[in-house]
Formats: sequence, structure tokens, C-alpha cells
Amino acid sequence: MENYRNIGKPEVRIDGREKVSGAAIYTADLDFGPNLLHAHVVGSTEASAEIVSIDFEEALKVDGVLHVFTARDFPNYQFGLYMKDRYIFAQDKVRFHGEQVAAVVARCPKAAKKAAELVKVTYKKLPQVLDQMEALKEDAVLIHPDLENYEHVPWFFPKAKTNIAHWRKVRKGNTEQGFAQADFILEDSYHVPRYAHCAIEPHCAIGKFDLSGRLTVWATSQSPHTQRHIFAEALAPLGITHHDVRVIAPHVGGGFGGKAGVTMEILAAALATKCKGDPVKVQWSREQDFYNTYQRLGVVTNLKIGVKNNGKITALHHRINWDAGAYVEYGANVVNAVGLSAIGPYNIDNVSIDSVCIYTNLPPGGAYRGFGYSEFLFGLESHITRIAKHLGIDEVEMRKINGIKEGDTTAYSARMNPSGLHEAIEKVANEIEWGKKETSKDPNKVIGKGFSLFWKAPAMPPNASSSAFIKFNEDASLNILVSGMDIGQGYLTVMAQIAGEILGIPTHKIRTENPDTDRNPYEWQTVASHITWSCGNAVKKAAIDAREQIFDLVERTHHLHRETLYLEDEKVKCTQSASFELPLSDFVINGIQVEDGTFKGGPIIGRGVFMPEFSSTNADPETSQGGHPNVHYTVGAGAITLEIDKETGKMRILKVVEAVDVGKALNPSLVEGQLTGGLMQGLATVMFEDMRYDANGRLLNPNFTDYKLPTAKDIPDEVIPIIIEVPQPDGPFGARGVGEHTMLPAAPMVANAVEDALGVRIREMPITAEKIALAYKAKMEQSSKDG
Amino acid sequence: MKKITYVINGEARHLHVEPNDVLLDVLRDKLGLKSPKCGCDRGDCGACAVLLDGKSVRSCLILAIECDGMAIETVEGIGQDGLSALQEKFIALNSFQCGFCAPGVTISATELLRNNPRPTLDDVKEALSGNLCRCTGYTPIIEAVLQAGNEGGEHGKL
Repeated sequence: MENYRNIGKPEVRIDGREKVSGAAIYTADLDFGPNLLHAHVVGSTEASAEIVSIDFEEALKVDGVLHVFTARDFPNYQFGLYMKDRYIFAQDKVRFHGEQVAAVVARCPKAAKKAAELVKVTYKKLPQVLDQMEALKEDAVLIHPDLENYEHVPWFFPKAKTNIAHWRKVRKGNTEQGFAQADFILEDSYHVPRYAHCAIEPHCAIGKFDLSGRLTVWATSQSPHTQRHIFAEALAPLGITHHDVRVIAPHVGGGFGGKAGVTMEILAAALATKCKGDPVKVQWSREQDFYNTYQRLGVVTNLKIGVKNNGKITALHHRINWDAGAYVEYGANVVNAVGLSAIGPYNIDNVSIDSVCIYTNLPPGGAYRGFGYSEFLFGLESHITRIAKHLGIDEVEMRKINGIKEGDTTAYSARMNPSGLHEAIEKVANEIEWGKKETSKDPNKVIGKGFSLFWKAPAMPPNASSSAFIKFNEDASLNILVSGMDIGQGYLTVMAQIAGEILGIPTHKIRTENPDTDRNPYEWQTVASHITWSCGNAVKKAAIDAREQIFDLVERTHHLHRETLYLEDEKVKCTQSASFELPLSDFVINGIQVEDGTFKGGPIIGRGVFMPEFSSTNADPETSQGGHPNVHYTVGAGAITLEIDKETGKMRILKVVEAVDVGKALNPSLVEGQLTGGLMQGLATVMFEDMRYDANGRLLNPNFTDYKLPTAKDIPDEVIPIIIEVPQPDGPFGARGVGEHTMLPAAPMVANAVEDALGVRIREMPITAEKIALAYKAKMEQSSKDG
Repeated sequence: MKKITYVINGEARHLHVEPNDVLLDVLRDKLGLKSPKCGCDRGDCGACAVLLDGKSVRSCLILAIECDGMAIETVEGIGQDGLSALQEKFIALNSFQCGFCAPGVTISATELLRNNPRPTLDDVKEALSGNLCRCTGYTPIIEAVLQAGNEGGEHGKL
């Protein structure tokens, strides 16, 4: 066991004091002076329609209104992260209810809002398709007739003249033979609706195109550098290049995937170019945040698993139909990621997976914590429990029999990384007292237990990279310059712990700040739970680079062999000379003076870069065999003890346990924060939340009154987070990602506990009290009829 | 425009407001107090909570003009002479993640502890039930309030 000073310690967040004192500045808190302009966006009132005309004469008459902009000002400016299928303003037609068709720019927000209500848009309704299964039909209306002309990454396979934007196919072994060998086959479908991220901070972006032609955007962001890149690409027709664009990201009030890529931020960037000299603010309302950013994609799956009587899985077929919405520039990669991994954390020889990205006339689907894994795990882990029950095998035992181990092959035949999956299963089963039946004191209530495994890999391009600079100050305090975002997970603190560990500096003497793309080195995006791993590696390399410069200098000036030098307690020390102690603050800026009175050295600045050079998406599109698309998987297990009122279906979580293999918990307090918080977000999707649309594709509950988030009164009676540490060989100090994974087991473990308690199987999320009560009532009525 | 006066965090400040100006906007845009946040603009999330004559209110639901002559306390005021025992406890337990809900939670919890220095778990849950947090699952926030109550009690600086 390494004797670490900073790593592995439950240190307090370096941004804790700032956030608790009210000092922390978020995007909407920034002041821009009296020239600030406010944009109010006019959203479509149709899900699918031709825009016949936009009349804004009345809007321009409102006092304080300066401009109204529409697609005519940005003709065919297409953009997107993985596929360019999106426009700054809807062009000739709208594809979802709420899509931006115009923006009013005014001196004050009240005038902008009032004028936006006076913009008259005339629509001619077009056929609409709100359901992905309908959109798959041959005669379905084409939402993007020009699909084949869209630019996209090489690992997407759109089908021209259909609504299929991408189809990820995986074929391994021989499923026909696998199913023929099975003693039992279970086939069924599962349904998961859309969900909203609900970061408490709504999206906000301010663009300023100054008189010199410089475009600066301040944004609530998970992706400053990627946003800069997309702004430069989208606004290229105006002659704007990367050199002209700067993105500044202050503290961000929660992301969960919703502030990754580019959604509404494009409006601030684009509108600013038309209001040269004055900053333009676009502040999304809570309602707009719900329907015009990204939503979690909806899913209808068909799952078929064959097993031997001993519980060994012989074959799996998983067909996953995604309701990806009107634009899939980000969402299609959710589909891709799940296609590669919808085998789950199991070792199965015969696999076929079809993950199909389908356009619908609903709001764009995109990244959401878990990146599609929650959605397919709901069906998969429900299925495992049902099969085990049918075979008369304990379901935890069945998971152990099939659970993936290091060196086993994934569905695309790469080797599984070191993993503590089986340790997690054991620990969770022990903690939840698996197998011990519990009864409620209340005769109207029953208690059930549910179990689930999970896994997830970062979904990212094979060349997604991180970089870091580290600079010393006179007092041997450090500034770390990186471009990841602290969206709450504690990234800034962990980067400080990594650098502090290498350089012998206490974490509290290190500042890591939110980025400015002009000042901070490149980072792809803060998504995919890859930032601790990827940027952590870059910071570690930068710290080692700084350390080597220090050793060079001390070797040169003090004539000590560098192999004998080490850093501790902000000093350079020597293994061969106990009396030698050189405080870093003596020289890290001003250098070391030698006998002749001159100085050697100078400011110490470290540099580090990390790119996963082993990753590749080159694979056969018909089978996905051949590449190495995923860098590693993080695995774990969860279990729940649920008390249910038989009459009302009301649930109470008596205990919930979750174990996750983080490789190395660089800060156990922050890892536990991810476990506790992620679990709650996962449980909320099962037990509380539900997006409802009317027949015209209008979201009926875009607010926190009707889209119910859990409150402090809704928390489980007991939450037990368990940290497993099987090191990731290429992770900083052995760490791998954990941010998204913690919500993954929630839905299936609740479904499994409901069945354990009441004998009813619910295959459609959410699992509300109402749904449970009705299912149980139907079951009792059926059994009395039969009986 | 009407001229009104607030006692904000102990200081009397005079300002002009329109009859339809909302307290949250006036605090943020006219008085430069940025700790109250706008999360929903309809009283659901609690991020805009402030203490109005000692009682927590949602400043997005109150007209600025209604508060003429009243005392308003925000998180900037609670910590102006050094952070409170509750705030220190929030820091020590890593209670918050993104921190956007922190000001509103701090207002609700401060009000609770001033009125009920040794709250029970149910008291804390009840007091915080109007503040939405998406990051933490509430547990580390509740724990900090309970610990601040038990350790600070009547003598703590809240």
C-alpha cells in the first residue's frame, strides 16, 4: 500500500468555501454593464410544420426592442457534435414543439419577452411522428429527407430515405446456435420514457462580438473547448475561425449531460455576431430548459436471452429502438455506445445487438448521466431476475455464474479490464442480507428486495484528449490550468490532490479554476465519466514534468544526484542527506543563486497531455468486430429493500446499497457524494419522474410542480455506499470514472424488488405507486377468478 | 418608479423600483446580491430563498415594492463576519456539489436552527423540503444541519 499524503484522503472541496459563502459566480451572475442586450426566443407551437411566414412588425414597435432575427439571418448554418443535422434557427420547417424560430433582442428582458409574444408565425401543419416505432414504418413521414447529405463521424451509419439516423450492429459468435443450445428462452419488451436533467441552474449564455471581431461566449457549460470548436464551425460563413472565438465557463450549477455539446449556446454566439459591440444574453427559463436543450432518449427494447438449466447464458439478442428526437447530433452517440455495450456486464459467447437511432418530432435527445446504460439495464437486469426465478436459481448466483471477469471478451471482442464486479456482488449481497425475507409490522405492507448489476464505459471519440499546465507561485502554492468543468463531482479538488501528491504540496494550497479557452489548455468535454481518468493523467504528467524541472535545477546547483531527491512538505529533500531541506518557496519563481552570485532556473511550469492512443473505432459495420472503441468499463452492483403498501402502491426505501469499483478512490468523500447523489437521481427516474406529451408533441409538464423531483423528505431511510478498488492500470493512481454509474442500477433493482414483494412485474418505467397498485389489483382479481 | 428602503444585511439601502419588479431581480440586478439564484421562477425550487424580517421567503414570488422598510438577509449577510457554524459544517462534510442550491438551503437551514437550535431529523427534512437539490441526494446536507445543531446549539453562531 502506497503511503499517500493527498490521494485517497477525504479532503474538503477546494471550491467548498466559495460555494457555501455565496461567493461562487455562475454564468447568470456575471455583470455586463448598461449595454447588455437581452434575447427572448420564440419557440415553435407545432411539432412538425412548414414555416409559411414570420411577421415581427408589431414586435419591433415595442419600446426598447432593437432587432428580431430568424433563419433568414443564418441561412443553412448547420452544426452538431457527431452529425451536422441541426440549425441555429429552424429553416423552412419546424421539427419539434418549442424549436427556436426567431429571437427578439431588446434593451431589457421585459421588453424582449413582451415583443416575443407579438411575433406572429404562420405554420402549415405537416404530418408528424411522435413515436419511434411509428417512425420506423415504411410509409412514415421523413423528418430529415436530406439525411444522406449530413456530415457525420465515420462510426455512424445513417439509412437514407428513412428516419434511421444510425444503426449500431454487433454480432459475436452464432446466436442461432446459442439459442438452439438453450434449455429456456425468455423474450420480452421493456419501455423507458424520456427524462429531463433538471440541473437546478437553467442554461444561460452571453455572447459578445466586439468591435475588433472577437467573439467571446460565457456559458453554463460542460464543454468549453468543444463549444468553441462548434461555434467556429457553425459561424464559418461569417469568416469566424477558432482564433476569433473564446469561451469562458464560470461555475456551473449542475450538468448531468445537459450542458454538454452545444444546444441553446449557439444562439448567444450567433446573435452576438449581429449585434456587434454589445453583449447579448440568452437566459433559458425553466420551461425552455425542459423542452429545448437535450432530453434523455426514450426506449422500446426487445430482449431475448437463452440459458441452460444451470443458469449459464448461451445467447443474447437485444434490439433497442431509440426515440432520439428531431435532431440527433449528440443523441446518436448514446445509441452507438449502448449498441456496443448492451450485453451488460456478462460473459456471453453468442450475441446480436441492434441499437437503432430513430428521428421523431419530439425535442432532441442527447447526453444524460448514464448515456443510455440506465435505459437498457432496466430490461436486461429485469430479465436476469425473471430467468433466475424461472430456473429456480438464486438470482445473485445467476449473476455470479455469468458475470464478466478480467480478460473475458466484450461483445466487440476486446478484453475486459481489471474489475471488481464479483467483489461488488458479494459485498452488496452481504450488506442487504440477501436471502433473508423481511416482513413489515404493518399487515397492509410487504417488503421486497431487488438486485442489479451495472457497467458503463466512457463514450468518446478515440482521440478525445486532455491537457494541463501547472504553475508555481512564490509561496510554493500552485495554479492548475485545465479545461474540465467541476459540474459538482469535485473535479477541481481531485486535480489538486493529484498535483499535490506528486509535488508535495497540501491540497489547500492549490487553486484549480474553471476555464477560459484562451488561457487554459485543451480538454475535449466533461462527459463520459472520463475526466478524473483522462485529465487526471494529464495533471499527473504535468506535475511530474514540474518535478523533473525542480530536480534538474537542484542537481545542477547543489550537485546532488537527482535519483536521491524527493519532494515532501513543500521541500526538496534528499535520501542521502537528512540535513538537506530546500523549501520550494525559495526558488520555484526566482531560481537558485549559486556561488558566483548568478541565478539559475526560473518559474517552474509543468505541462501534461493525455490521449488514449490504444483506442480505435475501426470495425466492421455489420458486426462491430475489430476496433477498440471503449477505453475501459466501470462496474458495480446495487440492491434495495423496499416496503410497499399493497393498497396504494406507495413505496418506502428502507435500505439501499451500492458498490462501485472506482479503481482508486482519489477522494472517498467525493466518491460517496457521487454514490449518494447518483442513486437518488436514479431512484427519481423510477419512482417520481415522467415526461408527458400531448397528441401534438407538446410537453405537458415542463416545470418542477408537474415534473416531480424528490425532496429531502423523499430520501431512503438508509443509504450504504461501498467503494471497491481494483486498480485501473492506465488510470491516475489506478482511478477510473464513477460519476454516471451510480444511477444505473436504480430502475431494475426497484422493478425486481416490486416483483419480490408483490409478484407483479412492471416492464414500463416509471414505476409509480399508481402503477404498482393497479398491477397488484389486476393480479388479485385474476387470481380470484382463477381460484 | 417608487423610492423604497430595505435594510439589507444590516445596511439601509434606498432604491427605485417599478411596481412589477420582482424582489429576486431587484436583489440581483439593482443591489448586486448574487447569492439568491433563479432556478424555476415559480416558487418550486427554493434557490432564491432569502430571510425577510427573519422569515424565509421565495424572492421570485414577491414584488420588490411589497418589502419597503423590511429587513432582508441573504447568504452574503449570514457570512459577512465570518462563516456560521452551519456553513463551516457544510464545508467540512462536502455537503454540496454544484453549489447552486447552497444559498437557498443555507437560508432555510439557518432559519430552522435559529428557531429550533437542536432539530430532529424530521425537523431538518421538513425545513429543507422546499429546496430542490439535484446533485447530492440531500443526505450530506441534512447531516451537516444536524451536526451544526448538536454541536452549536443555542451557543453556536448561526
